[in-house]
Amino acid sequence: MTTTAAPPPAATREAYGPALVKLAEAGCDIVALDADLSASTGGNKLAASFPERWFTVGAAEANMISIAAGLASTGKTVYAASFAVFMPGHCFDQIRVHIAQQRMNVKLVASHGGISVGEDGASAQAIEDLALMTSLPGMNVVVPCDAVEADAMIRSAAEDEEPWYIRLGRPKLPVVYTDGASFELGRADQLRDGSDVTLIACGLMVEPTLHAADALSEAGISARVLNMATLKPLDDEAIIRAAEQTGAIVCAEEHNVIGGLGSAVARTLALHRPTPMEQVGINDTFGQSGPWQSLLTKYGLTAESVVDTAKQAIERK
Amino acid sequence: MTTKPVPQSVAGTATTVDTDALLGVCQRIRRHIVEMTHAAQSGHPGGSLSSTEIFAALYFGGVARHDPANPQWERRDRVILSKGHATPVVYATLAEAGYFSADLIPTFRSLGTELQGHVVRNKPSGVEMSGGALGMGLSFAVGIALGHQLNGLGNDEGQIFVVIGDGELNEGQNWEAIMSASHFGLHRITAILDRNHFQNDGPGDEIMRIDPVGDKWQAFGWGVQHVDGHDVEAVRDALLTARARTDAPQVVICETVKGRGVSFMAENPAGWHGKGPSDEQLAQALKEIEAGLQ
Repeated sequence: MTTTAAPPPAATREAYGPALVKLAEAGCDIVALDADLSASTGGNKLAASFPERWFTVGAAEANMISIAAGLASTGKTVYAASFAVFMPGHCFDQIRVHIAQQRMNVKLVASHGGISVGEDGASAQAIEDLALMTSLPGMNVVVPCDAVEADAMIRSAAEDEEPWYIRLGRPKLPVVYTDGASFELGRADQLRDGSDVTLIACGLMVEPTLHAADALSEAGISARVLNMATLKPLDDEAIIRAAEQTGAIVCAEEHNVIGGLGSAVARTLALHRPTPMEQVGINDTFGQSGPWQSLLTKYGLTAESVVDTAKQAIERK
Repeated sequence: MTTKPVPQSVAGTATTVDTDALLGVCQRIRRHIVEMTHAAQSGHPGGSLSSTEIFAALYFGGVARHDPANPQWERRDRVILSKGHATPVVYATLAEAGYFSADLIPTFRSLGTELQGHVVRNKPSGVEMSGGALGMGLSFAVGIALGHQLNGLGNDEGQIFVVIGDGELNEGQNWEAIMSASHFGLHRITAILDRNHFQNDGPGDEIMRIDPVGDKWQAFGWGVQHVDGHDVEAVRDALLTARARTDAPQVVICETVKGRGVSFMAENPAGWHGKGPSDEQLAQALKEIEAGLQ
């Protein structure tokens, strides 16, 4: 975490196309599919460089997922991309039977996750996709906090033959990993050490959570920060260690508080180390239209919310 | 390919297949279907009996090129059951073809068996796709066909036969796949429609009309053949014709009777979608199948 020559803000979705091109250039036998959103997902970048490795199926996500499974059955490493509201929204059954049950080598890359989609409103804002995907046996579920980590995830997924769900986002975000990402599936990355409370975040909530840790520090509270980029398989050891060493937990995510990161962490704590815990997330409501920053404020996905919630968790010790 | 003798099914020409032998295969498949649904006291006999000649033609009529001793042979033809509940006809056929011992058949649907209630990929080997949620098989075939193109398989290699139910065509995903197969020019795909006119809740025409189904398929850019689905030679010939075409994906619409070969099932097809026969019913069914009543 250094601040020398900070790279410009970038959306996590911007990592997808270039990562695919890098994989193809490296000789990886990938095929990528889009469903009429390739300019937004970035899949069109592979189409421009390796047209034989890219197909669009039109606006037909269910078809795309089963096609992806069929392609994988011929030995390909398949990436399928759409928006998180449509994949899994339009094709949960196909993901369940053809990807998860068949354990296919398919990477589902869902852009435009969460309410930060902004002006398109509730129907375009996926607040439940992580709940759906983590509920599937064998599905690996990851959420990068910046474009650097997204690039590392997308490329490391190609080295694994299991299905993955990679949730990307629309808005440009500050880069957290200015010195390069250290992504490893199933491992929490401790960005800041602390002893009074542990703040566990994923996706676009990681960066404001670091600001929250700064603000807490100024108030004399020592906060540990974990980037929990992998929701499944969850890093239980890091959670239990944080509970033992700091005694209070706060989870922060751009997802419904039911079924996402907070729910997963709560399960681990309840089973292994009951500990005061609070959540920052979307409080079981659908979103609405608006500029994405305004929506984050409206629904409490801010550094200030993390600070207040951390104090509540500490009071419960 | 292995060095073992090439099975008859790999030889792939209609002239090598004896009609009496095909009829015998149909009889044995039907016997397995009623026996396994009796043993399990559940399962789907009606839609399995209606597609018996389809499976016999595919595996024993020299249509599908496959090798039970090398089920992962890269250039094999693949038979996909999209109507994934009709497992009895699949297991009966695969056992007869030598993919596994017929001794396993009575374990159908029991705890721990490979013979699951709905198809599960590679359980047993020879099952190409997991199913049971309707409407997914054609899309899966599109993916396979695209992969075969990328992998450089020859026009005559890696054909994909997808067995679909007529009730299944209610599912919209089929039409997405039908559209994309012709868009991509995937001639390796042959859909086989088991047109038995009944679905879970009753007659298809009352529940959701699909006719004129052949015209619809044709309008989507497919080649269409209509055939009596219980004339095993006619089914075989239609499938061989479809297999040889390289201009467009093909569909063979097989006119069938749900429960064919067992009178009390064929006379009450809606009642025999998803249940197994009693001891007495099994005895009668076996008697009719042995007598070749149809």
